[in-house]
Amino acid sequence: MSVPVYHGRFGAKQAERLLWRAGFGPAPGQAQRLGRKGMRKAVLSLTRPKGRPKLRGPKPHDNDGLPLAPQDAWGHDLLWWLDRMVRSDQPLAERMALVWHDWFATADIGQVSLNLKQNELFRKRGLGSFEQLLLAVTRDPAMLVWLSGNENEAGAPNENYARELMELFTLGAGNGYSEDDVREQARALTGWTNDWDDTRGMVNFRFEADRHDDGRKRIFGHAGNFDWRDSCRLCVGHPAHAGYFVERLWSYFIPTPPPKRTLQALKKGYRRDRSIRRVVEAILMHPALYEGPRMIKPPIVQIAGMLRARRSGVTTDAWTWIADEAGQRLFQPPNVAGWDEDRWLDTARISGRWTAAAWNTRDVAVDTDGYDERESASEAVSKALRFWGNPTLSAKTKSELRRFASRVEDVARDEWQQSAYRGLRQNALRVLIVMSPEFQTS
Amino acid sequence: MAEAGRGLPAIEPGMPAPAGTGLNRRSFLLRSGALALSVYGASLLRPEAFVEGIAEAAGAQGKVLVSVFLEGGIDSMSVLAPVGDDTYRRLRPRLRMAPGAGPAWTEDNRLQWHPSAAPLHQLHGEGKVTVVPAIGYPSADQSHFTSRHYWEVGELNTRTNTGWLGRMLDAVGSDENPLQGLSLDGSLAPSLATSRVPVAATWGASYDLWAPGVWGEVEDLMFESFGRLGAAAEASRDAQLSTAGRVVRQARSLREELRSFSGEVTSPVPYPDTGHFPESLAGLAAMLDAGLPIRVAAVGAPGGYDTHDEQAEDLAGYLAETCDGLLAFQRDLEARGIDDRVLTLVWSEFGRRPEENGSAGTDHGAGGSAFVIGSGARGRMIGEWPGLKTLDEDDNLRSTADFRAVYCSLLEQWFGIDAGAVIPGASGFARPALIG
Repeated sequence: MSVPVYHGRFGAKQAERLLWRAGFGPAPGQAQRLGRKGMRKAVLSLTRPKGRPKLRGPKPHDNDGLPLAPQDAWGHDLLWWLDRMVRSDQPLAERMALVWHDWFATADIGQVSLNLKQNELFRKRGLGSFEQLLLAVTRDPAMLVWLSGNENEAGAPNENYARELMELFTLGAGNGYSEDDVREQARALTGWTNDWDDTRGMVNFRFEADRHDDGRKRIFGHAGNFDWRDSCRLCVGHPAHAGYFVERLWSYFIPTPPPKRTLQALKKGYRRDRSIRRVVEAILMHPALYEGPRMIKPPIVQIAGMLRARRSGVTTDAWTWIADEAGQRLFQPPNVAGWDEDRWLDTARISGRWTAAAWNTRDVAVDTDGYDERESASEAVSKALRFWGNPTLSAKTKSELRRFASRVEDVARDEWQQSAYRGLRQNALRVLIVMSPEFQTS
Repeated sequence: MAEAGRGLPAIEPGMPAPAGTGLNRRSFLLRSGALALSVYGASLLRPEAFVEGIAEAAGAQGKVLVSVFLEGGIDSMSVLAPVGDDTYRRLRPRLRMAPGAGPAWTEDNRLQWHPSAAPLHQLHGEGKVTVVPAIGYPSADQSHFTSRHYWEVGELNTRTNTGWLGRMLDAVGSDENPLQGLSLDGSLAPSLATSRVPVAATWGASYDLWAPGVWGEVEDLMFESFGRLGAAAEASRDAQLSTAGRVVRQARSLREELRSFSGEVTSPVPYPDTGHFPESLAGLAAMLDAGLPIRVAAVGAPGGYDTHDEQAEDLAGYLAETCDGLLAFQRDLEARGIDDRVLTLVWSEFGRRPEENGSAGTDHGAGGSAFVIGSGARGRMIGEWPGLKTLDEDDNLRSTADFRAVYCSLLEQWFGIDAGAVIPGASGFARPALIG
């Protein structure tokens, strides 16, 4: 029993969807180039890139033209990561880091350097073994602080991490564990601590044997003198884990649940060595990715994608509050369950996306003075599409854009309006293209 | 409930108030002046729907429910603390409150208000707070997300994807008026999620969309086209494309409704200067006063109540911000003379473990607190304080009132809507007296 593989046509259009789902959308011409490789090679070029990632294009800077200071300046953590999303030649590494940032959602714990270290962990181990990733996250300083692991001590347990370890990270709510398991896991996880330094903050995170409860615990029906490693291994070895893992990972790339046989085959493959890459490759080669329905782009993907499409870098601090308004402030997930992927869009969040579109066009808005007064409606639409690197849009969407463009000509009655209204029209078309419902999805 | 007509109508500047709509001159001026409504699509409406819509828009008599969520599970045993109880003193060696530190609760003198909850004590003394001292449901789930989900959807079912207030709007709301269910925190509150009728989310009381280098007639045409792109996609069989289309269309109509309702709100009473929460409440009071057709609104309380560590300080600060904001909101409604129309439900996903943990905090528990605030509230406790002698099977506080019973009472006693149409199994729940 193997996972079905897509055998249909693979060209620029399919490559464009792949780049949105597994990255941050195409830079101009990238979808055409990737489309010529064929599906399999295209996927492997993303999942097995050669060498270290390179950041291409102009370096990011803040409103004052200064380099970013992600550890020190408010909001620069987001700008720093957004820049990698826009410029990295290995977009899947960034996209997987985004998956794990949501999966192990850790908010700003008041010491950004620790959040950035965790982010590096997600980037480095994002396609490796999930078991290794889970072990690394469990002892990760930001996580130890975020879910009180550093407060969890023999004789005075704190259940915070134990509960979420099962509920959100490995098994799913109530899926094969009891309240007693939560309490026993909390005991197994005791022992982590750190020091406080007046200048450096939280430092020296470590496991201390005398803070660890080394008594017998009973977890999922197994008994033993379990510690934090056992705690993680018991979770990934739990019969309910593979199903939870595969379905959740799938949901980041494909909006409909995996067919039954696909799910079985993915679980079987995953159980072999808990390789994340194996599952991701199978998902990215699955027919459902190319033939299935469209998927709403996460807000930060949409924002990074607009910048990539324009070959523009990060040149303003505004992206931090704009991403927040659009519903995805990086390093500030709403809670430990991460973002709610079923609710990326509502009237408030679409207004954040609108703001993002407006910030892409405002510094390069066309001058209405002396604008070409003979430009036709379809020329205007083509020009606006070129502004965004010629994204694929349906005939229906393009025809509405052309309708708008000709209506503007209808209302341009006076001499001065012939030129001015065509300029306004170009500015409006640019926003309409990326605010079309189609462009919110891939 | 009257058929809601077609929601906010298109009013052309200078149009006279249609006769027989019950629209007084003041609210009409507000609507035609402050809310410069566009005329797009007006020709599609039946003339009578147009009039009904105005009547609804001016329906300043409609009841309103405001949902205020305390995220994280507030420690009910700190809000109303059993300070004289020996078991409490034993279970809370570090976190217990001193007798006399806050005002006593007049309905049960075993309990004492947290000093930060003094505004609630004050309103309770005026008969404007109905306290539910131990609210929950059978076999309480100690997951934030599962328990919160149950409260949001109004039943113990993890698969339900409409909120209880959303279903109320689906039953009695309008097909065209997104303002009827308004989330003020920049994203849709799950309890307002509908399956049929539109609802809106804003950040506070303002909403506008603006494109650089676009104005006048071309701007009008741009927004018309934006709405058309939305409507076309909404009709798609592709589920997420259709969602995007619906939201685009709603965003366009919400902009027409709200863009001139400027963020500059003048309140008749002072609000605390603590940011988004009081600002949202101040904006909401002004919107209601202006006659905007809001039926339910949702706003999150400031701070987080998941106090696993160092609970005392965090809780005191957040609770004070929350209660100060709620008091100002009530006074604002009173000053505007619309306090009899508005009720506020304050809730949290669960209470916390009676026994404190090793980090001067508390872990997830069961029975928690809820409050119904407003001039229309009955002001008498629902359920009772269950005491600490007998805890539930997880050593948590037992609940003596079911949140679904409170929902049923709010629907029937406040909105006059049959709870059976909204809350599954409604006939099996008590109907505590909340109003009057």
